[in-house]
Amino acid sequence: MTQDAAITLTSAAAGNGPLALEATGLSKDFRLGRGAILHAVRDVNISLYKGAVVALVGESGSGKSTVARMLAGQERPTAGVIELDGEPVDVRTGRAFRRYKSEVQYVFQDPFGSLNPVHSVGYHLARPVRLHQGRDVDVKKRVIELLEQVRLTPATQFEPKYPHELSGGQRQRVSFARALAAEPNVLLADEPVSMLDVSIRLEMLNLLDDLRKRLRLALLYITHDIASARYFADEVLVMYGGQVVERGPAEEITQQPAHPYTQLLIASAPDPDNLGSVLKSGNSVPRARGAGSGPAAVGCPFSNRCPLADDKCRAENPALHQLTAVRAAACWRLPEAAPELFATGTA
Amino acid sequence: MSPVLDIKDLSIAYRTPAGDVRAAQHVNLTINKGEVVGLCGESGSGKSTLAYGACRLLRPPAVVTGGSVLYSGVRTGTVMPIDILRVPQRDLRAIRWRDVAIVFQSAMNALNPVLRVRDQITDAMTAHLRLSKDAAHEKASKLLDLVGIPRERLRSYPHELSGGMRQRVMIAMALAADPEVVIMDEPTTALDVVVQRDILAQIVELKETLGFSVLFITHDMSLLLELCDRIAVMYAGRIVELGRAADLKEAPAHPYTQGLLRSFPSLRGARRDLSGIPGTPPDLRDPPHGCPFIPRCGFAQPGCAQVDMSLLPVPGGRSPLHVTACPFVTPEIAAKAALLEQQPTAAEGALS
Repeated sequence: MTQDAAITLTSAAAGNGPLALEATGLSKDFRLGRGAILHAVRDVNISLYKGAVVALVGESGSGKSTVARMLAGQERPTAGVIELDGEPVDVRTGRAFRRYKSEVQYVFQDPFGSLNPVHSVGYHLARPVRLHQGRDVDVKKRVIELLEQVRLTPATQFEPKYPHELSGGQRQRVSFARALAAEPNVLLADEPVSMLDVSIRLEMLNLLDDLRKRLRLALLYITHDIASARYFADEVLVMYGGQVVERGPAEEITQQPAHPYTQLLIASAPDPDNLGSVLKSGNSVPRARGAGSGPAAVGCPFSNRCPLADDKCRAENPALHQLTAVRAAACWRLPEAAPELFATGTA
Repeated sequence: MSPVLDIKDLSIAYRTPAGDVRAAQHVNLTINKGEVVGLCGESGSGKSTLAYGACRLLRPPAVVTGGSVLYSGVRTGTVMPIDILRVPQRDLRAIRWRDVAIVFQSAMNALNPVLRVRDQITDAMTAHLRLSKDAAHEKASKLLDLVGIPRERLRSYPHELSGGMRQRVMIAMALAADPEVVIMDEPTTALDVVVQRDILAQIVELKETLGFSVLFITHDMSLLLELCDRIAVMYAGRIVELGRAADLKEAPAHPYTQGLLRSFPSLRGARRDLSGIPGTPPDLRDPPHGCPFIPRCGFAQPGCAQVDMSLLPVPGGRSPLHVTACPFVTPEIAAKAALLEQQPTAAEGALS
């Protein structure tokens, strides 16, 4: 039943454009020594479409960055297939890896650590241009174009600058420009704004959004901030304990979460409209069960924190259950967790 | 309400070869007994400098160039408040931790990695409370109970604890000497939202039972609105607006505050138009004359360069506690801004 569900489920991002990068059954195990194995990622399916944004949401340690690193070709999956434009990805040789990199680029989280302090902005951008675009390209002109693309203007003024002369937002723009230097079709952005100030974040997300539209990029947006995913993404995948526990259109997931973990995540987000919050009145707040404890090793990964968990949840790991044409959640207790959705899903 | 910590006209500068970086200028902020005051601002706005300066924790090249910090907790014993910036070193050591405690930024890394949790907590207590080893140990266990960590964790090293647990240990340490004021510098920034909410709930609960005051520093305005009684918004070394949480939420006066409120995406309710704040903060070595927000402000007028940045009650405001440094915030401008904010927008165009 659940196998069929995974096949008929369509991505909420599919309407935007053709499929660019697709991963099926993606898993990654890390050996911890003494025979212990950490299942960092388990059976994740993800599809990135040109001109669409897919958000991967989850807490630290949920496996979202490992998924991105596998998609970037930097980590070899334990199981699963990654296909770029319908062709299986091959990154075994240096040449093949470079070819893959001209299609799929990665933006790092920390704009303070990802730029080399002894090299100028121009150097950071000229290198990938030379590497990915052959000898007959006018490197100087292309670097200026890139700087203008990420709105670091006047570009000639920014080109000779060093990272320490730039603000956090400007540095992250350089990171974007560096990723775009290869003229990729797919951009994997790992928490691209979480290190920036709130007033700058929005501008950066707007810039990413604009680039995605203009360059028809397939964008993977990794974040722990589900509110920004609501505004920015077409499809949201919520990860917990290495698995996708819920997926669907961004607006539907944030307004009507089905999985108990998504529900907890949304209930925990600071709510500026909640001026009479329990936090203020000092009422004893119900403590989140087992907050801070890791995911359960057996059964549903959320079972040790879930208010609905029963014996079946603690023994067997649920697969994704299709709720609507574009939504699915992995939970045994969906009839109780999301009665309205479950009724329409099975009808 | 009686003030516990009264920061008066405090100015702090970093002396650099290229000139003074004026990180805090003529800042006035009062924290009353039992109150949670939020201090909000972007990185480089001087919020941490202000907090550390108020406890005299800054070292050269930072210098306090003016002002006073009056502490008047119960333990001062006298009627006259103590000026933290002028008391002798010996008295200062007595005030720190015992009266004013700090939960440091990135508490994830603030613990000593080679000492057990127990030794770090008891070290602080034996230094400040003159407790015997056994008594200190007993108190350390009670503190861990207080913040919801199992007692056996006393034997753990910091690397054996999760980020949330380390944060709780830091809070437990700050509360070790039963302080009057706890300054929390971005205590939950590195944590995910579920753990963050749990810890905040705990801080509020502890505050209610133990009765201390909190100065809560963060760049996350949405968090402050939910948590704080009053909020001070800091920009480029100046407090530009101060008021009760409801005042700031419903009638933000300063254009910077308005911009902040339009900067974060909301999870609940209809999608709002997000505009953010274009531009970057000014160089504090050479800030613009008058209001430092002029280059990024949508309402800037020629007169803004003449502003002295003193805080005045918002005209037509609902509370005398709501003050701002923007003199051009007339009711018309405020009404216009409120209108802009309430305008429902189509879901598609929300980001562009």
